[in-house]
Amino acid sequence: MDNLTFGLTLTIVGAGGTLFSLWALTLFIDLLKKLLPYKEEEEEKEEES
Amino acid sequence: MIEALMAGSKALVVGFAALTIKNIIMIMVGSLLLYLGIKKDYEPLLLVPIGFGAILVNIPLSGLMDQHGLLRQFYEVGVLTEVFPCLIFIGIGAMTDFGPLLQNPRILLLGAAGQFGIFLTLLLALALGFSKLDAVAIGIIGACDGPTSIYVTSQYAPHLLGAVSVAAYSYMSLVPLIQPPIMRILTTEKERKVVMEYPTKSVSKELKIVFPIIVTLITCIIAPMGTPLMGMIMLGNLMRESGVVGRLTKASENEITNVVTLFLGLSIGATMEGGAFLKTQTILILALGFLAIALDTVTGVLFGKLMCFLTKGKVNPLIGAAGISAYPMAARVVQNEGRKYDPNNWLLMHAIGANTGGQIGSVMAAAIMLSVLKGLGMG
Repeated sequence: MDNLTFGLTLTIVGAGGTLFSLWALTLFIDLLKKLLPYKEEEEEKEEES
Repeated sequence: MIEALMAGSKALVVGFAALTIKNIIMIMVGSLLLYLGIKKDYEPLLLVPIGFGAILVNIPLSGLMDQHGLLRQFYEVGVLTEVFPCLIFIGIGAMTDFGPLLQNPRILLLGAAGQFGIFLTLLLALALGFSKLDAVAIGIIGACDGPTSIYVTSQYAPHLLGAVSVAAYSYMSLVPLIQPPIMRILTTEKERKVVMEYPTKSVSKELKIVFPIIVTLITCIIAPMGTPLMGMIMLGNLMRESGVVGRLTKASENEITNVVTLFLGLSIGATMEGGAFLKTQTILILALGFLAIALDTVTGVLFGKLMCFLTKGKVNPLIGAAGISAYPMAARVVQNEGRKYDPNNWLLMHAIGANTGGQIGSVMAAAIMLSVLKGLGMG
């Protein structure tokens, strides 16, 4: 494989893959925030401690 | 008797006789690193052992990097096996609070944009005639993350370890000088003054506990080659957030990280032997490393501008500069830069969020690189 093909492959898959993975993570975090919402009691506990 | 005395005395000057000009230059370089660490406070925890290691290994006939030499043992046990960077990652995970990122997950994308410099630098290194694997090691300086750079370089280009590590750690400490001019050139005064709202609600403890597990599963399934790195950083974070293994968390943050940092620094310094280090190639690597971090900042800020545009001015593009992994320096730079234009603008928590996103992003970029290389039959 020549250098240009190698470089472009790594750049496109690497940059695209990183962006895609982190985007997928943001979706999971949003989902988790809905499944595991913050409760007011936690805030009260934190204040007490 | 006189002959014996002569032979004995001669043994005391062989070191001077074997001293080369390259050794002397490298002893000066080691001293410079010590000066930067001690006097200028630039990453002293690393520059002091690296600088001293560089001095030690350039003492002729010391045998420290010979087959059974002391520094060779550290190097083979900790660096070639990639154990040291992974252990440091447990400590990093134990020290990192992903709370600000979880409050505003969209800024995680800035952590991806802040890694694009890696790939642009890789292309540039290839254009300058570096071999494929050397170019990968040079590009990874743009991860702006010492352990990640060492992990990748020790796998694919161990002969460049000294130059890559010195570049990664030196430029990380120079982030407050490298980033602000780029941030000013790429943003308008109006953009720099954008005030970002703070989320009114915090995130639950359960979410903070589940987060490292989910990140490990998703990212490691996408790029399995990065599992040692991502797995260790997330293990450290899980220990921190679970709150049930305080002793282990404390040990990871302090004792383990400190001991490993000492031996890692010495091992890196040990790769800076004059004959191997003093090459035109090293200067090129240092220049490309600088460029990598500058390009990361450019792509991060440009992505921040895109987010500003898409959210109709709700995101301050300056926080894009924190998408690089240099934690927490890059976040502090953003905060200081924002306050120069509006003293009441507190961007720190958003910048910390982007910065922790950059930590995940840098490991992810390295993991994907490693997996793609394996896919191409080069891993």
